[in-house]
Amino acid sequence: MDLFLTIVVLVAALAVCWRFLGTYMAGVFEGRITFLAWAERPVYRLLRTSPEQEQTWQRYAGALVVFSGLSILFTYLVLRIQGSLPLNPEHLGAVSPALAWNTAVSFVTNTNWQNYAGERTLSYLSQMTLVVQQFLSPAVGIAVALALVRGLARRESKTVGNFWVDVTRAVLYVLLPIAFLAGIVFVAQGAVQTLAGPAHVRDSLTGFTQVIPRGPVAFMEAIKQLGTNGGGFYAANGAMPYENPTGLTNLLSIVLLLAIPVALTATFGDMVGSRRQGLALLAAMAVLFGAWTGFTTWAEHQPNPAVAAAGLPHQPTGNMEGKEARFGDTQSALYGVASTQTSTGSADAAYDSFNPIGGFGLLSGMMLGEVSPGGVGSGLYTILLFAILAVFIAGLMVGRTPEYLGKKIQAREIQLAGIGILVMPIVVLVLTAIAVSVHAGRVAPLNGGPHGFSEILYAFTSQANNNGSAFGGISSNTAFYNVLGGVAMLLGRFAIMVPVLALGGVLAEKATVPAGPGTFRTDTPLFVGLVIGSILLIGALTFFPAVSLGPIVEQLSHGRFFG
Amino acid sequence: MTTMPAAAPEPAESSAADSGGSRPRGVAQARGLFDREILKQAALDALRKFVDLRAQAKNPVMFVVLIGTVVVLVEAALHPGVFTWSITIWLALTVWFANFAEAVAEGRGKAQADTLRKMRTTTEARRLREDGTEERVPASAVAKGDLVVCEAGDTIPSDGEIVEGVASVDESAITGESAPVIRESGGDRSAVTGGTRVLSDRIVVRITAEPGQTFMDRMIALVEGAERQKTPNEIALTILLAVLTIVFLPVVVTLDPYGIFAGASVSVVVLVALLVCLIPTTIGALLSAIGIAGMDRLVQRNVLAMSGRAVEAAGDVQTLLLDKTGTITIGNRMASRFIPVGGHDEAELADAAQLASLADETPEGRSIVVLAKERFDLRERDLGEHAFVPFSASTRMSGVDLADRQVRKGAAEAVKRWVTEQDGTPPPELDQVVEEVARAGSTPLVVAVGPEVLGVIELKDVVKRGIRERFEDLRRMGIRTVMITGDNPLTAAAIAEEAGVDDFLAEATPERKLELIRAEQAGGKLVAMTGDGTNDAPALAQADVGVAMNTGTTAAKEAGNMVDLDSNPTKLIDIVEIGKQLLITRGALTTFSIANDVAKYFAIIPALFVATYPQLHALNIMRLHGPKDAVLAAVIFNALVIVALIPLALRGVRFRPSSAQAILRRNVFIYAVGGIITPFVFIKLIDLILVALHAY
Repeated sequence: MDLFLTIVVLVAALAVCWRFLGTYMAGVFEGRITFLAWAERPVYRLLRTSPEQEQTWQRYAGALVVFSGLSILFTYLVLRIQGSLPLNPEHLGAVSPALAWNTAVSFVTNTNWQNYAGERTLSYLSQMTLVVQQFLSPAVGIAVALALVRGLARRESKTVGNFWVDVTRAVLYVLLPIAFLAGIVFVAQGAVQTLAGPAHVRDSLTGFTQVIPRGPVAFMEAIKQLGTNGGGFYAANGAMPYENPTGLTNLLSIVLLLAIPVALTATFGDMVGSRRQGLALLAAMAVLFGAWTGFTTWAEHQPNPAVAAAGLPHQPTGNMEGKEARFGDTQSALYGVASTQTSTGSADAAYDSFNPIGGFGLLSGMMLGEVSPGGVGSGLYTILLFAILAVFIAGLMVGRTPEYLGKKIQAREIQLAGIGILVMPIVVLVLTAIAVSVHAGRVAPLNGGPHGFSEILYAFTSQANNNGSAFGGISSNTAFYNVLGGVAMLLGRFAIMVPVLALGGVLAEKATVPAGPGTFRTDTPLFVGLVIGSILLIGALTFFPAVSLGPIVEQLSHGRFFG
Repeated sequence: MTTMPAAAPEPAESSAADSGGSRPRGVAQARGLFDREILKQAALDALRKFVDLRAQAKNPVMFVVLIGTVVVLVEAALHPGVFTWSITIWLALTVWFANFAEAVAEGRGKAQADTLRKMRTTTEARRLREDGTEERVPASAVAKGDLVVCEAGDTIPSDGEIVEGVASVDESAITGESAPVIRESGGDRSAVTGGTRVLSDRIVVRITAEPGQTFMDRMIALVEGAERQKTPNEIALTILLAVLTIVFLPVVVTLDPYGIFAGASVSVVVLVALLVCLIPTTIGALLSAIGIAGMDRLVQRNVLAMSGRAVEAAGDVQTLLLDKTGTITIGNRMASRFIPVGGHDEAELADAAQLASLADETPEGRSIVVLAKERFDLRERDLGEHAFVPFSASTRMSGVDLADRQVRKGAAEAVKRWVTEQDGTPPPELDQVVEEVARAGSTPLVVAVGPEVLGVIELKDVVKRGIRERFEDLRRMGIRTVMITGDNPLTAAAIAEEAGVDDFLAEATPERKLELIRAEQAGGKLVAMTGDGTNDAPALAQADVGVAMNTGTTAAKEAGNMVDLDSNPTKLIDIVEIGKQLLITRGALTTFSIANDVAKYFAIIPALFVATYPQLHALNIMRLHGPKDAVLAAVIFNALVIVALIPLALRGVRFRPSSAQAILRRNVFIYAVGGIITPFVFIKLIDLILVALHAY
């Protein structure tokens, strides 16, 4: 399929999602759509809660931390004792403590960074335990986003919703049904879905017996994309035909991983009473996404400089190193951008082999904070942090105490939004600095020099942003990287979520100032430009030195920067 | 409703943008923005601020620069070199420039406070003992509740209320207005201010302020900025600046290990230089100067804000309550026409109207006498035996009782009732005439002699020139104007229409005013109003911005959070503009400061690593001469831009009333886009100069 047609189909599919899924989710989370109430009720009875029992932001955050903590513990235990548990046809042994920690944190934080090859490390039961988190972690992301949106929408309210209800509804009404339907398509297209263990294929010519791992792949694939998780069954992820068998599933994957983050902007618009407000955020996301797609696709369409240096100046198809021939350079670049900018982190090509500036496209996309459109829930709440920052500076410039959606943005809001925005760059920069300074960190990258630096930087950028995409080239299944990576993922998730919830709580308590001609509007192209500007400026200012020592200097080593 | 003071000057029809040029008087007397004396003093004060570590620590951005300077200083002492010392000096200058900006902003206030202190001559007060005899005590010994006597030539020792007598008072010490004002016991013009001088007559004053707490003392403290506290918006902005400072710490510190990994050694001096260039020093250095200058701009217009918070709130105001009289219309209504009814003729009506107004000392009453004189040459009347009937709020009529008849003028309803009570019948066309006059925005007064209604006097309200345009500006800024008047709804509607206000409150009472403010605030709006009477006090206290007139009562002045020394209610509009300008200046310089960083990166990052990665020279898009020059040029630019922007910080960003969108578009263009481009040009320029210096 050519790029143009791909984009047309993609835009059309996402428009449908925005229009219908967005409204549907607003209905679900405002308690207007209740056709699954019969399924909700037993859950609430078990948790001794109900939709009527609203929580303050502190209780909401408490529930979040307890729930996520238990999830990590449970996942960790399953991985550690998988050898004694059923559904283990290949009799795989226990996962090492460091790797189990990294993996448990990775799936609970919606990161899905995988320091292992799934088919050789995890039993079916372990894979399914991870799939449970692939449902729960995006639901948690939605819940946190909802709490912030309610903070903006409500007036003088002490509560921001009920965490348990939000998570339950996100799973029951949104994630399960869509993932089920998508799973069927994956199965129909040829993705495997079985518990029968590996296939043994005897090659009659050589006499060797080839063992091909199989498993419950297709449905995992659906939620892997829909929940912007990204952790696949196989190490090769979306490049493996059993996961991503056809061009249709490749496109469906891209649609799925963009669907909820895009639709949530509409949900936001509905909940605050103005679709245009949601449209403005979507526009900011779309511009960034478009720019990065264009840039990265163009970068990958350039000849591979290393190949050129080796004496093959004519490379008509662009950089094909590390690409699946079925997808080619443009589809791979599009997939790469979609998956790095949605915190999915799945891959259908080797990102390590992208041209340096192509890799820069993927890396820098994450460095912007996963907002275009970002992960399920996390994309919305992160871009709202940037919107609040933009409102504050721009609002001052019109001579009023800045307001966003009628809420005055004052010291407390700036403090919380500031923390939410700061955590990610600080975690990335500091952990990268630690890694390049100690022996355990320096031996891991495959390459030396700028490319090696990029590999380390990419690893921490990916984990702190809960993206999970791997640049590759780095042997990060070591105690050092497993432990430090776990820290990056935890901080990148919860050190942002808690301030976001606090922000929701603080905003909810405020009165709403009516908008007038003196208020500067936050649903105009000018505001969209300001939000984009803030995102770019913060990203550029924090990461410019680091990327200039990585991909930029590497690209420059090959001669000219552009073209 | 209260009457307007006679001393209210004509409105200043200037906007906040040209604050420097408008009538520097009163506290604002003397001294331009960059008076040589003030600059000299500020330069010294700026040095002194270096050692005040506690004050420095309140400004996180500049505190980091200070620490960086010390670090570089140590480095320079250990490994001396031209480059290291140059950086040290320029970093120290950066801190000094920031202190200087603040000191300049404080300078004018301090000079004004000194002037005021000198004027507060130590006088004696004549205190009344309980038995009525006088004793002479120092003015500073006069306490709250004391009664003092002041006669012509005496300086009033402290703030108080006149309890006895009437006097003309020279208040120029406070207002700068040389024309004396009348102060008298009872009513809303009984307040006197300590430090003002009695010019004639004798008054007895009950002191209402404790020593050291007088209006003059507060005024000195305010202009001096002694009790300056950070405003909510300043706090929020400081947090943002702290965030932007904190984020650059790891950015810069991690460059050291990154450099080592790449095989480059990065000097501490360059890292500190990079850090100082990246953190928002421009706005950090100018932030407090902007706030002080904002207060100062108000003082220039003879408005004393009791807190910076009030100034900021003024920028947020969405509803302005404006008294009709004095703000929208020129002070007083004037009699313009006699309209006879019921077959009476105009001369007959004018005669009765003049009789009824002879004892009426209000401007309206006098204008009736004058009109009758002009139209029918009625003067020097012999009344014989008579008794004047003064106006009262319950009868709503005034007039005179002569031997053979009773003459009354007053509100239509009141006079009609009076006529009916005497078995008279108001002529049928009366209602129509009254309504026509009212609909035209004028006030109808009905004149009757006994049971006979003679006709109607038309009192015309004159709307101030240019006021309509001001309201249009306000509307564009998103501010709703509400006219407050005691007139009936019909009259009010006509004047509201003519003046172009958005809404009006007719037949206003203090209670209804308070209700209106509460209703607006319940809708989330901030409300500003002016007032002078004691009955305005609750509303002034309730309003977010309450501007009390200096001529008003002590209660009013204490209830409001600003005092207008000129007692010119139109100034409320200027105050709103100054509040907005303050926030805009902060936002603009913050944007500029952050946007500057882009160019600084392009100057410093290639310089840092070009030895290890020569290919990074491609990022040196300014083509700066050498790595050290590049770093130094960035640091010098970073320091000089503070000095260059001091005038802007003190004067405030130009503000023209227009819609939020238009203002934003303009400011984003100038300060964000300009902020990205400017440093590229100037860093290159400084680099060229450095290269030229090397040549020698």
